[in-house]
Amino acid sequence: MIQVNANPAIDTAIKLVVVAIAMFAFVFVVMVPLYDVLCDALGINGKTSGEAYTSVPVAVDESRTIKIQFVATNNEGMPWEFGPSVTAMKVHPGAVNDTVFYARNPLPEAMVAQAIPSVSPARAAAYFHKTECFCFNQQPLDGDSAAEMPLQFIVDQGLPRDIRTITLSYTIFDVTDMASGAVAVR
Amino acid sequence: MGDHHHGPAKGIGRWLFTTNHKDIGTMYLWFSFAMFIMGGFFAMVIRAELFQPGMQLVEPAFFNQMTTLHGLVMVFGAIMPSFVGLANWMIPMMIGAPDMALPRMNNWSFWILPPTFLLLASTLFMEGGAPAFGWTFYAPLSTTYAPPSVTFFIFSVHVLGLSSIMGSINIIATVMNMRAPGMTYMKMPLFVWTWLITAFLLVAVMPVLAGAVTMMLMDIHFGTSFFSAAGGGDPVLFQHVFWFFGHPEVYIIILPAFGVVSQIIPAFSRKPLFGYDSMVYATASIAFLSFIVWAHHMYTVGMPVAGELFFMYATMLIAVPTGVKVFNWISTMWRGSLSFETPMLFSLGFLVLFTIGGFTGLMLSIAPADFQYHDSYFVVAHFHYVMVAGAVFSMTAAVYYWLPKWCGKMYNEAMGKTHFWISFVGFNLAFFPQHFVGLAGMPRRIPDYALQFADFNMMSSIGAFIYGASQIMFLYNVIATIVSGKPTSEEKVWDGAEGLEWTIPTPAPYHTFETPPKIDSAHAHS
Repeated sequence: MIQVNANPAIDTAIKLVVVAIAMFAFVFVVMVPLYDVLCDALGINGKTSGEAYTSVPVAVDESRTIKIQFVATNNEGMPWEFGPSVTAMKVHPGAVNDTVFYARNPLPEAMVAQAIPSVSPARAAAYFHKTECFCFNQQPLDGDSAAEMPLQFIVDQGLPRDIRTITLSYTIFDVTDMASGAVAVR
Repeated sequence: MGDHHHGPAKGIGRWLFTTNHKDIGTMYLWFSFAMFIMGGFFAMVIRAELFQPGMQLVEPAFFNQMTTLHGLVMVFGAIMPSFVGLANWMIPMMIGAPDMALPRMNNWSFWILPPTFLLLASTLFMEGGAPAFGWTFYAPLSTTYAPPSVTFFIFSVHVLGLSSIMGSINIIATVMNMRAPGMTYMKMPLFVWTWLITAFLLVAVMPVLAGAVTMMLMDIHFGTSFFSAAGGGDPVLFQHVFWFFGHPEVYIIILPAFGVVSQIIPAFSRKPLFGYDSMVYATASIAFLSFIVWAHHMYTVGMPVAGELFFMYATMLIAVPTGVKVFNWISTMWRGSLSFETPMLFSLGFLVLFTIGGFTGLMLSIAPADFQYHDSYFVVAHFHYVMVAGAVFSMTAAVYYWLPKWCGKMYNEAMGKTHFWISFVGFNLAFFPQHFVGLAGMPRRIPDYALQFADFNMMSSIGAFIYGASQIMFLYNVIATIVSGKPTSEEKVWDGAEGLEWTIPTPAPYHTFETPPKIDSAHAHS
């Protein structure tokens, strides 16, 4: 495979072209996945885990009460009515909690929605475990119909003691156009 | 190819098909000046609108197109190609090579540029208007909310990235393979060193920019969700990818400028450059550090404290090699036999104003303070001090310095000095007050502002008009020199200048160093 070119500059140029192509590939195969991995691992941006948490049975820490606030936002142009059934609840770390969000599609045609969660303060994201969430999947709704969407979560006992309130925010997006294809969703 | 010692071909074909490094360098320089005028015209529209508070001349949407195109055209059309043109002209002459290593690729890397910028400028006349999302084109502004012309913008960025990569490959291949015997790396003039390092930066990060716009293209047209939260992506990812390119990019712009002043200050101090070795190592250190500081452009996105601290300290570290450089330039002048011809004036202007820009950069690097400065006019003032007074001043110095060697005629010194002083006053009048309005809270990229900023903005606009007008004098001086300048045939146009380019006849013949020169220590270190 060793081929000595008459012009050594061509060899240098070929090596540099390889570097340039490698850097282009670097963006897609390293930077993008690494960003997702880091955000997941560190809970940056208030990103919570995209997968259901398998709970380990632990004692409920009744000495602490954490206030959980729910916020719902429609992304621009999203016509659904969307919101939490209760805006806040008080929970103990380690306990399994249930709540529901309601959604109604006021338009005559069927639509598909995707809710994207975010936890504030961002530090709490790693301690907020969802065992069941409508945000794990895309949510289809027929025209002019409504649904209740369940959420089940556990606040980890390891939650830093200075955090007493956690805000869970959902933004709902219209993904009807994207829903036909296989889209990576969390 | 019969006659080996042919001169330039006749007619337009000379320019279309040329593989001569001097012809290609000349075309790069003229093209970049044309882009400088175009980008400058966009800036004049911006400053005219901001002359008084309230909406005066243009619609806000058009104002946004102006700020976007001004940035894109100046960075990618004016500054970068001008230094590539200078590299084309000077590097073969400085290292004793007959031409660039890959002359036909050289032709191509230039000729794909003019159609690209024509395409970019044509978006102004398209439905929905030109890109209006800022030169940093943050998603989702540049994806979900972009005008239809964004696709043309993406294609333009792809092509100009290709041009830059080819130009850089050519420079690296030339420097690594075509040096005259005896021209070791540590004997190369500093301009060659800074360009070698810059070229490596370009090869490393232009593909990253291409990756960023490719992801935009896929998000817009092919249903992916790299930057769309709805599909599992993240708009903040765009900023990371962009600034991973964008921060090395600012050193791509400034390192060749460092090289230029490292040639000019010794020439007019009549002393060798102080601390040549430390200059080389400082340049390499800056290049390395430029890869690990990108997130200081995005302190406010909500990074963890550890991240903020890392990027803050890494950024501050850059002040060390940069300080070494400023120290060396000043030490070069210390007890030198100084004279103040136009190239020296522009180099000194560079030195003073770039240092101010460096200090405001240090202020911006302080993460907690940056939350106040972020996206304000203070940032605008900062990067114009390093981009205009840094890159453009040094480029202007380079043109005055080497123009007599290029065309064998002297420029009008009095007019050159006048150009400097008008530029210097105009520039500072335009950008110094922007520090104040920025600290007082005026955001960047807006067509209207609160009344208390009115006086400083009017000063700023007047300064910008003066600076802009002084470039017409520059253009006139250059053309007048080429057409009817006082002929000179001295090999060393400047008595203190050192380096191989001053050993060849003036004007520089079409072909130089077809047999390699003999390198002795007198030619080393510029």
